[in-house]
Amino acid sequence: MAQVQVTGITKYFGEVKVLDNVNLATRKHEFLVLLGPSGCGKTTLLRIIAGLERPTRGEVLIGGREVTGLPPRARNIAMVFQSYALYPHMTVFENISFPLRTQNMNRDAIQEKVAWAAGLFGIDRLLERKPRELSGGERQRVALARAIVRMPTVFLLDEPLSNLDAKLRASAREELQTFQKRIGITTIYVTHDQVEAMGLGNRIVVMDQGRVRQIGTPLQVYWEPADTFVATFVGSPPMNLVEQGEVLMGFRPEDFLPIEGREEEDVERFQFEVTWVENLGAERLVYGNMAFQSRNGRVVSRLAPNIRVSLEAGKTYIFAVPRLGIKLFDRNTGMLLRRVSGVGG
Amino acid sequence: MEGVEQAPVFSLRYVWEQERLLATVMIAPAVLYVVALIGFPFVLAIVYSLSDATTGDPALRLVGLRTFGLVLRDPVFLKALQNTFVFTLASQVLVLVLAKILALVLMEDFPGKRLVRFLILLPWTAPISLSAIGWLWIFDSVFSPIDWIARSLGLLGGPEALLGSEPNLYWLGRPFLAMASVILVQTWRILPLATVILLAGLTAIPRDILDAAQVDGAGFWRRLFQVIMPMLLPVMSIAFLFGFVFTFTDMTVVYVLTRGGPVNSTQVLASWAFFKGIEAGDLAQGAAVALFFFPALAGVTTLILLVARRAEVS
Repeated sequence: MAQVQVTGITKYFGEVKVLDNVNLATRKHEFLVLLGPSGCGKTTLLRIIAGLERPTRGEVLIGGREVTGLPPRARNIAMVFQSYALYPHMTVFENISFPLRTQNMNRDAIQEKVAWAAGLFGIDRLLERKPRELSGGERQRVALARAIVRMPTVFLLDEPLSNLDAKLRASAREELQTFQKRIGITTIYVTHDQVEAMGLGNRIVVMDQGRVRQIGTPLQVYWEPADTFVATFVGSPPMNLVEQGEVLMGFRPEDFLPIEGREEEDVERFQFEVTWVENLGAERLVYGNMAFQSRNGRVVSRLAPNIRVSLEAGKTYIFAVPRLGIKLFDRNTGMLLRRVSGVGG
Repeated sequence: MEGVEQAPVFSLRYVWEQERLLATVMIAPAVLYVVALIGFPFVLAIVYSLSDATTGDPALRLVGLRTFGLVLRDPVFLKALQNTFVFTLASQVLVLVLAKILALVLMEDFPGKRLVRFLILLPWTAPISLSAIGWLWIFDSVFSPIDWIARSLGLLGGPEALLGSEPNLYWLGRPFLAMASVILVQTWRILPLATVILLAGLTAIPRDILDAAQVDGAGFWRRLFQVIMPMLLPVMSIAFLFGFVFTFTDMTVVYVLTRGGPVNSTQVLASWAFFKGIEAGDLAQGAAVALFFFPALAGVTTLILLVARRAEVS
């Protein structure tokens, strides 16, 4: 049974449609990531699941029970906000115990649960401090501890890592995932950062302009994008798209490599006129034009450091893409044209 | 620096670049204002209170603390001191509670919100002596519309009526009702300012925190008393401080509505100082009465600022 299921969710803010017939269901113990650019409606969807917004149409089910009209406190969910939203006038202990106090739990039980949650995140020695005396990383742990302390049915996270600096973010990602696996609570995680989404999610829901574009595992979303939006939103640099008659041909930059030294047999060859080479140390990005293309022929190739072929701007080389790596999209709708192909990589 | 163009020593530009001089010049009007309109009268009041000056004989003869002794032995003064605290505290507590409710209402979205905001601010913009005269009619001993409504509802004037068998309540003619009336008008008067201050404070509470409280399972009252109120405490104490100082030192409402009556039952320090010092011409006693503001206001201000600082949230 799905812990969270939303069916036909549509939401208007005034005249603006921010969510358009969204359907999704989480699997048990799943880490589900909502990924999309800002303004795509992912946070609104999360707030609807939390009960902080009401959908214009559609239903929300949590643990098989319909909760669409119920306030947040009747849903037994926990949420971590981007700003952490700690209560500034309360100590860390009071912050973490707040969700327990609202249930009128007795003092000893509160003590015990707070100690457990604080221990889980290694913040036991901070219990007497006020939020303003904590670092960003510590605040984030307090927010997580406050969310987990009463063992909610669902754990909702709204860009909880975006206020941390880059170094801390990587370790926080690892901790978050380890912790989620240990606790096993169904988690819905909102982010606009595709690296976070790829790294954390069991499945990713890619959203754009209020609509779900694709639901799939990170590898499916990366190698079998459902449409050109997903293809260009996920991946950095994004999937190359070039016009070829009535279709758009898409392939990943790391699949687009010089012909020299390639052993696969089933490859498509292209003339590639290099205009610019960017050496980033761990990889080389080679920008240029596909020779057969009149317009929209700009593509990029991403070369691992072990490919040592020398490439110069202004010259034309033969590059090749494995046939399995080529996706075809409808030029008008942008939808992936289905054909027999396995998941690459 | 090329050293070719030497600025003349007293040019405007020279003044402009001397930060200390510029700062002195710019702060000077404020200092002058405070010295002339607050400092000087304050010193004068101290000097008068130590003398036996009257309007008929303003010559300064210092008599030490004798005037304070006279003032303190006067039962009207003690009554006025007590009334001032009742008047100020009762009206300010009412103001805080009502302002809190109004601010919460104004945080919600509803049609006609702008009109309601305008109406709430209206008492603040009306000149107080004018609006107090309006209230004078509302509390009129014969034509009071409140009495009229109470009578037509059968609450007043009948043999079994709840509010008494007399045709009118005589709002300003009975000690308790007179005090209630001046408190009511003062509350009405300070309410807009307090509402606006609290509204600003409420708007400053991050929406995420209120959402978090909802998700954490807090209902309306718990959110109000355990999250919103503590976070609003610094702003509330500032609103209380403003209202307290305005009300403690104000005599307009009392002067226009009751002139301190009946039998000094609404007499406050400000009106008593005015009646003693100006209308009765005893400058020394008037000044001595007015000086009792100082310790009270200094004490309250210090206390409130301490509370505000302690509750300050970063």
